[in-house]
Amino acid sequence: MTSDNTFSGEVAGRDAGRDTGDRKIAINADRTPWYIYVLVIGFGLIAPFIFPAYTTQIAFLWLMILFALTWDICGGQMGYNSLGNIFFFGAGMYISAVVQIGIFTDVRTYTSARGGEQLVLDNADYFFSLFVGTGVAAVGCVVLAIILGRIFFGLRGPYFAIGTLGIALAARELAGTWEWVGGGSGIAMPVYPGQPHEKSVVFYIIFLVLAALTFVFLRWLYSTRFGLAINAIRDDEEKAEAMGIHTLRHKLIGWSIAAFFLGMSGAVFGNMTGFVEPLEVAFPAATFGIFMVVMALLGGKGTLWGPVIGATLFHIVKEVTWIYLLGWQWVALGLLIVVNVVFFQEGIMGWMQRRWPERFGITVDDRTTADGGVKQGASS
Amino acid sequence: MFDNLSLLTQLAPVLNVQLLLDGLFVGAVFVLAAYGLALVWGVMNVKNLAQGEYVIMGGYFAWHLGTFGIHPVLSLPLVFGLMFVFGWVVYLLVIKWVISRDLFTSLLATFGIALIVQQALNLAYGPEVRTAEAGFGTNRLFGGLVTVADIKLISFGLCILLAASVIVFMKKSRMGQAIRATAQDPRAAKIMGIDTEQVYAFTYALNAAICGAAGVIVSMIWVIQPFYGIPHSIRAFVIVTAAGLGNIPGVIIAGLGLGVAEQYSGFVLGLEFQQATALILLLLVLIWRQIQLAQHRQVVQ
Amino acid sequence: MTYRKESVRTHSAILPRTFSGLVLAGAAAGMIAAGPAGAKVEGDTIILGSANSLTGKYSSNGIDTQNGYDLAIKKINEMGGVTVGGKQYKLAVTYYDDESTPARTAQLLERLIEQDGVQYILGPYSSPTTIAAAPVVEKYKVPMVEAEGASRALFNKGYKYTFAVLSTSEQYLASAIGLAAEVAEKNGKKPSDVRVAMIFENDAFSQDVRAGVVEDMAKYDMQVILDDKMPSDLSDISASLTKVKALKPDLLVISGHNKGAVTAARQIKELQVEVPMIAMTHCEGAKVIDQFGASADGYLCPTQWAETLSYSDEYFGSAAEYDKLFKETYDGYTTVPYQAAQASAAVLVWKDALERANSLDPQKVRDALAATDMQTFYGQIKFSEAGNNIAKPMVLRQIQNGEYNVVAPSKWASHELVWPREAMY
Repeated sequence: MTSDNTFSGEVAGRDAGRDTGDRKIAINADRTPWYIYVLVIGFGLIAPFIFPAYTTQIAFLWLMILFALTWDICGGQMGYNSLGNIFFFGAGMYISAVVQIGIFTDVRTYTSARGGEQLVLDNADYFFSLFVGTGVAAVGCVVLAIILGRIFFGLRGPYFAIGTLGIALAARELAGTWEWVGGGSGIAMPVYPGQPHEKSVVFYIIFLVLAALTFVFLRWLYSTRFGLAINAIRDDEEKAEAMGIHTLRHKLIGWSIAAFFLGMSGAVFGNMTGFVEPLEVAFPAATFGIFMVVMALLGGKGTLWGPVIGATLFHIVKEVTWIYLLGWQWVALGLLIVVNVVFFQEGIMGWMQRRWPERFGITVDDRTTADGGVKQGASS
Repeated sequence: MFDNLSLLTQLAPVLNVQLLLDGLFVGAVFVLAAYGLALVWGVMNVKNLAQGEYVIMGGYFAWHLGTFGIHPVLSLPLVFGLMFVFGWVVYLLVIKWVISRDLFTSLLATFGIALIVQQALNLAYGPEVRTAEAGFGTNRLFGGLVTVADIKLISFGLCILLAASVIVFMKKSRMGQAIRATAQDPRAAKIMGIDTEQVYAFTYALNAAICGAAGVIVSMIWVIQPFYGIPHSIRAFVIVTAAGLGNIPGVIIAGLGLGVAEQYSGFVLGLEFQQATALILLLLVLIWRQIQLAQHRQVVQ
Repeated sequence: MTYRKESVRTHSAILPRTFSGLVLAGAAAGMIAAGPAGAKVEGDTIILGSANSLTGKYSSNGIDTQNGYDLAIKKINEMGGVTVGGKQYKLAVTYYDDESTPARTAQLLERLIEQDGVQYILGPYSSPTTIAAAPVVEKYKVPMVEAEGASRALFNKGYKYTFAVLSTSEQYLASAIGLAAEVAEKNGKKPSDVRVAMIFENDAFSQDVRAGVVEDMAKYDMQVILDDKMPSDLSDISASLTKVKALKPDLLVISGHNKGAVTAARQIKELQVEVPMIAMTHCEGAKVIDQFGASADGYLCPTQWAETLSYSDEYFGSAAEYDKLFKETYDGYTTVPYQAAQASAAVLVWKDALERANSLDPQKVRDALAATDMQTFYGQIKFSEAGNNIAKPMVLRQIQNGEYNVVAPSKWASHELVWPREAMY
């Protein structure tokens, strides 16, 4: 194997009987055909025009996809199931809010007015502050991920999950006690300078771009050695460590990537909502914090498209049940979670990969090897 | 904060007694829920995130029975039985399939159950905060600065009674021994003729029953509300993680300690920090645990 | 990834691809199915819209609000509906559940306006949710009449599309402070000697009430000896009450919506707290008399409305008659909370404005709303430039022998204040 994870020449089994010549095949490379991408991007671009009334709802869809994708980095690909990724969403939101307000006025007097003061900006100022705020939020969340990761990645399995859940819940409570960021009342964000529908479309585009960036980045990431390394950590951490993979560093990088994108999405979300409130807007730990896990599981964790499909399906089910099953929506969601986790844990992609392995670049070999085991091929 | 501290140390040191007593009374309930969690965790390796919801459910049953005129203390055995059956049913429907899977599955599956229970309670009883009125009096000490409600004394007694009964059951009865055997080594237990399926179901049902009983007590001395389950679950996790599985004295001390710590932090730092106390302790305990886990292997009693 | 041994299947390449495509097509279809676009008027029914707290921490208040809206809608339809441009219309409301979450309120209002085409909004429950709603209706230029958001933050931003029938939050406990000052003087002390303990929920409304209290106290130069916040789930304030017992204030002030009131009443009884004057908001909504009986005597409860007041109108008759009708229509109320009454009043305001504008155009209706000046069973309603009701005062009631009696302001008082509070635990 060369350093960029490619083979040249023949691979036994996969290319048996074919004339391959010298061909580079990347392990873990994405093999999704181009027209899927065209479909998705096409939908993304034209949706606000054919369904203008649903613009914000579809913007949420992109946010959900981002949630699921970022969770899957540590969860599905690396085997560290975090229940507290929503912490970065909220942290990014708060960091951005403070930066954006701080550029123009004093934060303490602004927040102590409890929504009494309003920041009205013109287009240039608004987008400048949004840009700066989002940037600082992304960096801030990466720093937080590294600090917290150093502490929490020593925990294994369920302890890691509960520990991260604890972080998110603790942040939720403590943000509500911190007067400088508005305490329980939160922070009122600068008013968007423009018409409401324009605002919906602008934020739609931002979320679409963020989700697309996340996807493209992860697509590349999983095809590199890093992707293989974190899979190795998932499969057997001790062995990975023994093989020389610096597990802590990989874990920190993985979580930082998730934090990076989550922080940005949080910053943007705070601006879209118009105000930042600790319990329900910034740190919805018991709802969206768990949903991101469910979405990835539903679609198939550990795959590239799994979180996307899972998020889409989940979002539709959620929106539909909220309208038609009012009163029972949470029960329906709880049932979905239980059924999915207990009976269908491989998720949709997992199921598809089992049914049609070849389409995903997986070779399942019927021949047994010398020691009686089964020969298995590379996977996507 | 310093005003509060000076209250405790100079102006009215007798308030320490109040905080201590309140902490112990409420901590006793935490101990029950934590013991149930340790049971299920130790025997079946299932981390039951629905623990708090079972507590609240028990509380609601007690309240409901109260509307029929049944006194909460009397309803305790009834609720115990009801929750036992409920736990068994949940085991058959969900938990059974989750035991042999990885640890994260049980967390998520029980979270789903918690969600369903929460919402079902919300739909059935409404989102109001409720209490089951017991109509007992209150004792005044130290010129009224310290009050001890009779109901708290009674519930403390009930907690002790319940805990003692369960421990005796585990030590003396056949099923109790079967449970302990299965916890130590499921395969060996099976070979020895113990029906492990039944043991698992019984254990989970027992846990639900203990939580339900704790819930009855909570409804008497505190408040219940469909969405108050998560704090109880968190507390149970903190206690079990701090004490370790199978360490009953540890669970008791940790539970009572948590209750007292919460009261003190609420008093000194402010009530808005009281909720965060359990969470911060959770994080501290996990960090401390991480250091331990790296070196020791866990032995389940 | 490695897989277990399984036989290799050959399938047409199309299936898994089209599956993904179908998922996305399904997404689109789901979106369309998820919300039929309505119109502001359907046939002969004018549709109002409301995002209300039907679940979540404010749900008990939210349901009181919804009952208030529904009762008024029913009454108006029974009495012939709304006449606009010579045609008679019925009224109806589309409800969405915002789960007591301001972010969701804003989202749902956008949906009501953009997707459902609603042009007339009834406000959500609570200040935080209304604060989220106001900028949305302002941007879309759709008028909203709200009955449950009392925070001042709603009325100092120059909003033109938000109209509130209720008195604003800083007035809630003003009369309690005034009473405390009066009582001090009667007993030969100075108002500045009064020592006040405060326990407030950490949300926009309660902190607003607190701000009002602090302002009023500053007028008399009273002392704050305790200033605590309730925990966010409002479940246990015993630590603060213990401090109260040690510090012995002259006045204890508590505000935390229904839940906070229940917890406070309960724990005051349990801990046998003795303070000569205790003022608490949301007593009625929390049903403190039903739940705590004699131990709730002496509480001072501010209310936006009381059924003993002498207001009346042509729809519901007197306040007492509204009270009776409400109890007959809805189970489980021994006292009608003012949240319900003001919700009904909001609907009356809509009817009045639609008829005065004699048009369905939202802008004309908005102008008619701004000019509202009407008597209702709930009180006089007249909106200031900022949109709040300046014609109706808050009233302070005291629980005496298990009944709510108005003790302040003196114009409306029917009973004398009982001081000091004799605790019956």
